[in-house]
Amino acid sequence: MSYFLEQVLNGLSYGLVLSLIAAGFAIVFTSTGVLNFAHGSVVLLGAYLVAVLHDTIGFWPAVLVGLVGAAVVGVAINALLVRNLADPNPGTAAILMLGVDIVLLTELTRRIGNQVLTLGAPWGASVVRLGDVTLPTGRVLAAAVTLVAFGALWYLFSRTDLGVGMRAAAADGPTASLMGIRLSRTAATGWALAGILAAVAGIFLTSFPAPGVAPTVALSAFAAIPAWVLGGFDSVPGAVVGGLLIGLTSALVTGYEADLEPFLGAGFGEVAPYVVMIVVLLVRPSGLLGSKEAVRV
Amino acid sequence: MSDAPRKLVGLVLLLVALALPFVLTDFWLQTGLFVMATAIGAVGLTLLVGVAGQLSLGHAAFAAIGAYVYAFTTGESTTTVEGLGLPPLLGLVLAALVAAGVGAAFSPIAGRLRGIYLGLATLGLVFVVRHLLVNLDQWTGGFVGRSVEPFAVPGFSFSNRDPDYLAVAGVEFEGLHRLWYLFVLLAVVAIWLASNMRNGRTGRAWANVRDSETAAAAMGVGVAGAKRSAFVVSSAYAGVAGAMLALAYGRVAPDVFSLTASVDYLVMIVLGGLGSVAGAVVGAVFVTSLPLVLAQYSSALPFLAAPGSGGLDPSTASRIVYGLAIIAVLVFLRGGLAGGARRLRERLTGSTPVPPVDRPVAEEPSRSKETTR
Repeated sequence: MSYFLEQVLNGLSYGLVLSLIAAGFAIVFTSTGVLNFAHGSVVLLGAYLVAVLHDTIGFWPAVLVGLVGAAVVGVAINALLVRNLADPNPGTAAILMLGVDIVLLTELTRRIGNQVLTLGAPWGASVVRLGDVTLPTGRVLAAAVTLVAFGALWYLFSRTDLGVGMRAAAADGPTASLMGIRLSRTAATGWALAGILAAVAGIFLTSFPAPGVAPTVALSAFAAIPAWVLGGFDSVPGAVVGGLLIGLTSALVTGYEADLEPFLGAGFGEVAPYVVMIVVLLVRPSGLLGSKEAVRV
Repeated sequence: MSDAPRKLVGLVLLLVALALPFVLTDFWLQTGLFVMATAIGAVGLTLLVGVAGQLSLGHAAFAAIGAYVYAFTTGESTTTVEGLGLPPLLGLVLAALVAAGVGAAFSPIAGRLRGIYLGLATLGLVFVVRHLLVNLDQWTGGFVGRSVEPFAVPGFSFSNRDPDYLAVAGVEFEGLHRLWYLFVLLAVVAIWLASNMRNGRTGRAWANVRDSETAAAAMGVGVAGAKRSAFVVSSAYAGVAGAMLALAYGRVAPDVFSLTASVDYLVMIVLGGLGSVAGAVVGAVFVTSLPLVLAQYSSALPFLAAPGSGGLDPSTASRIVYGLAIIAVLVFLRGGLAGGARRLRERLTGSTPVPPVDRPVAEEPSRSKETTR
């Protein structure tokens, strides 16, 4: 029983980290209509900055640089590339982001090489014991930080002018613009928020129990795409639900792999999120909490 | 450009393609085989993404299905892998049919979703197919893959044997030379079919669905059916491309058909210009040959280092080059290379031609136009 509980708690905390990434996808999508395929490499970038800098300037200043760096890269991608697309539509923007992802990820991979950089996180490899359940401190911390981050996001989107403006811009850009909301500013805020969330997720994805910063982290950020799609493309609460669902699914499938292997094959944990995504899309094309598509034929 | 000069250019290119095996070395022949295989895949994808407007990130999954169906149906059973030992021609047809069938099976999803939503669903397909390839190892050979029987028709094999020695005009025709002509034939048929489909009734229906589903439905185009047919046709093209890749490598393995391969197909059609068949071919030439050529000549290029030495190795360099190429084309060159070439022609001839089918309409920068609250 305690094994089951451990898997569930592990899955939930991993799911919360995924939901940070998924929320980044949702925020960028609602604020600029871009499917941000470069999000994975921004996650890696945040973790990479912390890993290279923590020796010289200390861990917490390095975290600050990582968060700011990821936000700045996001804002720059939007300002320099997305806004200057020769043929702006969601399809070409998505492909543009694939191009940005190739460049960023290839360069980061080249810099990291074959080594696994350590993050230098002060919580190290310590664990927390709750009765007979053992959890890595990093995971517990991740869950706490994520909950605080979503609290802050809720406050931003419901209690501040900037957040309400972002929601208005997402609902109807031209009208919001006529009401005096500066779309360039809401878009930049969206990309910056997504970058910060990505860097936070990157730090937790690369600290214990993960071995450290390696290029594969960008791929695990891909696992957040099913989480985002599950929850609904334009919903931050949906991203949380989707993240938890995907986190649980992959933790349980991986945890009980020995029992499932005869039917599902080895390594099904990596595929399970995508299978869940395809099934949900079949039943509800707009995700669990997403808004329905307006045009129906 | 009117029809006659276009046909003339095509004919000249075809003659050049037919003459090339007489002068090229084995490296360039091998590169050419990969280019022709991926070009067919890219042409199929440009019909789906460029003409019908449905983003797909799962093209490599369908190519994988084609490759493995060919390997499985034509291969002989051994102690580790099973095979059916069917004639290769039948295997090639089955590769296209099975890939198209899987595309059709996926079309309940494809019919309900559109644009980037479909792209995300097909993303899942790549991972699911990869999982199957690794785990169904009695058919696929698992991680290491399986070897592929060379293509053959009765009495003639497209390999180094049977006939053992064949020479035309003093040049010995080995497996690479023979496969070259098979691939040229397949490429010509595929390109010809795709151009006709694009310019005919089917392609116009697809373009109509891309531009406005509501308008298409009002004009009597079955929207779900058009999406399904675009998906099935593009999957069949991918299946043939996969089988050709298997023939060119002589082996199939799951890593050939990763997500990266799917992205590469997208890169090809974007560089060439979405919806343009010729553009897809040019894109395939660029994307497929760049890493191979850089690797072959890395010692002669001063800025490249040997792989693993920490410097800029050829595959890294080529990925950065074409990543930057995508960004540059999307930001500066409207309509990709094909669009640029068309504008150049218009400027040179001073003509104002009718708007072509392959130019996607400019939309408003989407601020979540797909959904309402």
